[in-house]
Amino acid sequence: MISRREFLQATAAASALTIGGGLGPIGRVAAQQRLTQADILKFDPLGTLTLLHITDIHAQLMPLHFREPSVNLGVGEVKGKPPHLTDAEFRNYFHIATGSPDAFALTADDFVALARNYGRMGGMDRIATLVEAVRAERGADKVLLLDGGDAWQGSWTSLQTKGQDMIDVMTALKLDAMTGHWEFTYGADRVKQVADSAPFAFLAQNVRDNEWQEPVFEARKMFERGGVKVAVIGQALPRTAVANPRWMFPKWEFGIREEDMQKQIDDARAEGAEVVVLLSHNGFDVDRKLAGRVKGLDVILTAHTHDAMPGLIKVGDTVLVASGSHGKFVSRLDIAVKDRKVADIRFKLMPVFADAIKPDPAMAQLVDKLRAPYAQDLARIVGKTDSLLYRRGNFNGTFDDLICDAMLKQRDTEIALSPGFRWGGTLLPDENITWEAITNATAITYPNCYRTEMTGEQLKNVLEDIADNIFHPDPYFQGGGDMVRTGGMGYAIDVSKEMGTRISNMTHLKTGKPIEASKKYTVSGWASINQNTEGPPIWEVLSKHVAQAGPVKIDPNSAVKVSGA
Amino acid sequence: MVFTKVETSRRDVLALAGIAGLAALLAPRMSFADVAAVDAEIKKLYGDKKFESGKIKLDVPEIAENGLVVPVNVEVESPMTDADYVKAVHVFADGNPLPGIVSYKFTPACGKAAASTRMRLAQTQNIICIAEMSDGKLYSTKASVKVTIGGCGG
Repeated sequence: MISRREFLQATAAASALTIGGGLGPIGRVAAQQRLTQADILKFDPLGTLTLLHITDIHAQLMPLHFREPSVNLGVGEVKGKPPHLTDAEFRNYFHIATGSPDAFALTADDFVALARNYGRMGGMDRIATLVEAVRAERGADKVLLLDGGDAWQGSWTSLQTKGQDMIDVMTALKLDAMTGHWEFTYGADRVKQVADSAPFAFLAQNVRDNEWQEPVFEARKMFERGGVKVAVIGQALPRTAVANPRWMFPKWEFGIREEDMQKQIDDARAEGAEVVVLLSHNGFDVDRKLAGRVKGLDVILTAHTHDAMPGLIKVGDTVLVASGSHGKFVSRLDIAVKDRKVADIRFKLMPVFADAIKPDPAMAQLVDKLRAPYAQDLARIVGKTDSLLYRRGNFNGTFDDLICDAMLKQRDTEIALSPGFRWGGTLLPDENITWEAITNATAITYPNCYRTEMTGEQLKNVLEDIADNIFHPDPYFQGGGDMVRTGGMGYAIDVSKEMGTRISNMTHLKTGKPIEASKKYTVSGWASINQNTEGPPIWEVLSKHVAQAGPVKIDPNSAVKVSGA
Repeated sequence: MVFTKVETSRRDVLALAGIAGLAALLAPRMSFADVAAVDAEIKKLYGDKKFESGKIKLDVPEIAENGLVVPVNVEVESPMTDADYVKAVHVFADGNPLPGIVSYKFTPACGKAAASTRMRLAQTQNIICIAEMSDGKLYSTKASVKVTIGGCGG
């Protein structure tokens, strides 16, 4: 159990940025003047070791908007605990002023107005500026730069280059180590090739060859920074073979592998590690449980669930860091070591406000070069939106509503199913929908949009199964991601119930009639994990719809009734 | 661009929406074992004898990556001497068409009572493992394995 007392509000955390608040619209210029690169970097240094953590960038080379969820439910022991707080509850917990830069970066309400004030976030050239500034301040020999995975997927350029754009960027950033999840969707050969040749380490203690149970990747690496021996253990998403197409890496097995993890920690300590860091893609709740069950981890750098928190969560002697997604944040941890043990940790979640941070010229040039072959495509205007288009939320997002509408119309089905992915940019009202925006929400290596028939019973089973993947009270039985999005169909869900009993009142929205168990319905969907799925790629379906439908307007979605939260 | 209209076969349905692999979801009407069937099997072997907990380390994944080949590793704590050894280990599943998975016999010459295999699981269910010691004592443990359609990973 994590009490409020165990939560460490880091000295230099949010405070540097929680200026003003509740000011309402203040204008872009004012926001920029109020927010400087120096504010973002301001940190009272500690000890001789600095960890920098970036994660779940999803191949976003350029600054973008990414709206955090307004619904992010926790179940079981973590109900109502961070990171399962949103909007006012989140701000209250972390002492963030309404309308402040942190409120914009970390919460969802009033997103449009704040986005117009504070501008976009992220961008690899801005991240490079922060990383280089910290290296300059501390000395490069004291800084370890770690990426939590989901770096190589999520954009048109990453899809076209099989992640090479991000690999080049990470190389230029002098990344020390990473782990993976979506990386695996480029196939086993591609990941192995990069892991074997890249200048950074690809670490994953929990991936095994399924014939002989031999490790596929290096499990951990010892670094020496600031005179401190730091062991970094990698943990790929344990559910990769369930969440993504297993046929793309048929000889690999994943899993949490707690005992092997303990052995890695013990071996690292035996080799003289003074600090042991888990570079994890488990997801926050899994890491929180793991932290209470293995001994000897000083820091867990969490990923996968896209949570961003301006404070550390402590479980026993382990601190957990949540660094958000899409390049919106860089986490800095300064660690003081005394008597070969961690004596003190100081933390700051640095928000990457693109308008406040001067782009690193060399990285900006590299990003330009990487995008140049695709620049014309990326900039192509497909349509326009009148509504805010975002994805995050446990049950729906307006961008997914748009994708479902596109599938219903273009594939002429009664029901559409769209995966609950947590990545993809946000578009503000009145923005153009470019090819880049379309592919930022859809760029995967298994994009085919199928058309088929399913019975009501089959649809119910699908919803139940995916709901259990998110709302199983034991995080070790969860798989990450949000609930599958449904188009043309509404339902009620009680998240507190058991597998098989959460879903009720399934309704065919067009007719208003209940979904009948034995009746067949036409269904379209995408991102099937089965091999040889037929149909056009989803970006074709979506762009055709956006081009034909005129300015996009998404009505508030009340198709899913949630209880038990 | 190919807009294929596909007849839904069982295989197609398994493929949907990141929906794959859950045979049980759509399995034709098949009768599955249940807790009572497992109990009956155990009763056949050991009658009404009491089971203790402990000694057995049953290692199965929380979530099966492939329901067709789910790894199961069993190890029973024992000195494996002539005076004190593990005689047999049985593994059952309470949600498959047949409850029995595997039975192992051990002798002191085995050195340790450990074994690994792969089992096919039709749906989310419990794996029950029992161990018979040379002094007649019985131990049991169980673990749940989730067989899911997957997909939708964040």
